[in-house]
Amino acid sequence: MENTVGKKDKDPKFVHFRGIVKRFGSVTAVEKMDLDIPEGSLVTLLGPSGCGKTTLLRMLAGLEEPTDGDIFVNGKRINDTPIHQRNLGMIFQNYALFPHKSIFDNVAFGLKYRSMPRAQIKEKVKRALEMVRLPGVENRKPAQLSGGQQQRIALARAIVIEPDVLLMDEPLSALDENLREDMRREVDNLQRMLGVTTIFVTHDQREALSMSDKIVVMRDGLTLQEGAPEEVYNRPANHFVADFLGHSNFLPGEIVDQDEENIRVKIETGDVLLAKQRGAWKKGDAVEIVVRAQRFEVHRKKDFAPDEGMNHFAGRIKDRSYMGGEVSYFIELPSEREIHVISMMRTHTYDYGDDVSVQVSPYHCHLITAE
Amino acid sequence: MKLTSGWTWIKIYTLLIYVWMFTPIVAVVLLSFNPQQFGSFPMEGFSFRWYAKLAGNATILGAFKNSLVLGSLTAVLTTAIGIPAAMAFVRYQFPGKETLNTLLLTPIMIPEVVLGVALLIFIRWLQQPKSFALLLIGHVVLTLPYVLLVVQARLVGIKKEYEEAAQTLGASPFQTFRSITFPLLAPAIFAGMLFSFTISFDDVTATLFWATAQNQTVPVKIFGMLRNSISPEINALGTVMIVLTVSIPLLAGYLSRRFARGNGA
Repeated sequence: MENTVGKKDKDPKFVHFRGIVKRFGSVTAVEKMDLDIPEGSLVTLLGPSGCGKTTLLRMLAGLEEPTDGDIFVNGKRINDTPIHQRNLGMIFQNYALFPHKSIFDNVAFGLKYRSMPRAQIKEKVKRALEMVRLPGVENRKPAQLSGGQQQRIALARAIVIEPDVLLMDEPLSALDENLREDMRREVDNLQRMLGVTTIFVTHDQREALSMSDKIVVMRDGLTLQEGAPEEVYNRPANHFVADFLGHSNFLPGEIVDQDEENIRVKIETGDVLLAKQRGAWKKGDAVEIVVRAQRFEVHRKKDFAPDEGMNHFAGRIKDRSYMGGEVSYFIELPSEREIHVISMMRTHTYDYGDDVSVQVSPYHCHLITAE
Repeated sequence: MKLTSGWTWIKIYTLLIYVWMFTPIVAVVLLSFNPQQFGSFPMEGFSFRWYAKLAGNATILGAFKNSLVLGSLTAVLTTAIGIPAAMAFVRYQFPGKETLNTLLLTPIMIPEVVLGVALLIFIRWLQQPKSFALLLIGHVVLTLPYVLLVVQARLVGIKKEYEEAAQTLGASPFQTFRSITFPLLAPAIFAGMLFSFTISFDDVTATLFWATAQNQTVPVKIFGMLRNSISPEINALGTVMIVLTVSIPLLAGYLSRRFARGNGA
């Protein structure tokens, strides 16, 4: 647990995948992947099921053998190191606590193979159980604990061996909604406290956004984007990433003009929208404007006056659902395209068929290449 | 009303089936306590005469010893072969897996006469005499499918993640087997051993082909005794066999359930 304390420089390539390929028969699970995990950070592999995220994790743990490529941990190539000598802590979706062993024997399991005096094992188990806030359950059996408690024991069992890397394979997905939120925060805090390099696999974007130092979005065995949560959310690199994270609207269009400030994009309705100048685009590029559903402002059409420098266009309320804190609208544009708007409740809510004007700042219009 | 009378008929029918099945067995047990040489109902008195005679019969006792030794060795050997085989079939992928698995299960489907003759011919071809080893090998072949089935079924129910977790925590494959897989598998191994013991203890057909004069088992001995005369001793012996072959699996079932509960698995 103290393995990162005292080191001055954190290795940016503490875990390093180089050209990793994994095929199961004719199916490719991971395709030529390169990935660096900085020391002490929490990196999330995010993607739909079958995207290769779990396979990547299992290859690091040694539970699958890569078809090609190399894996390094702390500068050492570990491809040929057997699982039990890798010193990695793995947490499984269904906890995988040994049902025939007491909680003490479960948590002490890894220490038994690290030639340690009995008294020290006892002390370490006690400390680990305190860390996951379940002191005094040593003599119980896993079946006597709730799902959330079992997952905490699994966490204790993995951190007590002071692993070089902590691997978590959808550790929260078997828990119910409320518990999941608590556990998420707990995992997050524990990781920060211990400073252990952690790889977290999930298909839940909220988990990924809220706890990661870096998110790696994967699909079909490929990395689609990696970066800090803010970066991946606010500046998605492509349609898939924009769609997978949050509620996004896509307005296809063509770049008609640009200056240092803004890029002018003509969309299907004929309206020309401004997008903040952020990168290398040129006139005539086919693009999609990505706008988060929360970024639109809705106004009554008849008394709407656009703010200076804002994009605006007309539409009609097609559908609405009241969600308590906010209202979700589907607004039809003259081009028959629908946009999704999530509006924080203000004074006025709109009804089916209302003519509205929609306004959005160029700052919230992000451009991606049309696919 | 009609439904009720229908059910009544089914109940009577079921009862008759049971009577038909169990009457001969009950007759054997009852007659074993009959003091007369020629058993007939109603019984005239009650005695342990035939049990006493049985206990003094050296050939029967010898056969009993043979059966026990053979059954125990079969159980141990079959389990020792069956566990790794089941592990291979459930946990690993290799070419020809399905075929091999089916092949190992075929002794259940092949008539024992065929199996008996086949092994005998094989031994002749190798120019080896009939021996205890042959008998043991034969019984292992007969009982292996049952052990395989029981252990495989249990192994499928043991999540692979337990073993994976143990290995990531630092246990070598062998240590993982010893501390995780084996304890979780224990009820099935125990059940498999009792299965093979009981089947071995009970077998007549194939054993008739394989046994020599020196290593006759109890059922084979009974078969031999019946050819000469119908001694009431056989009733006593039959009763002992019934008690053993019924109570051992029952005991095993009870123990494995208790064991499983203790495990929470």
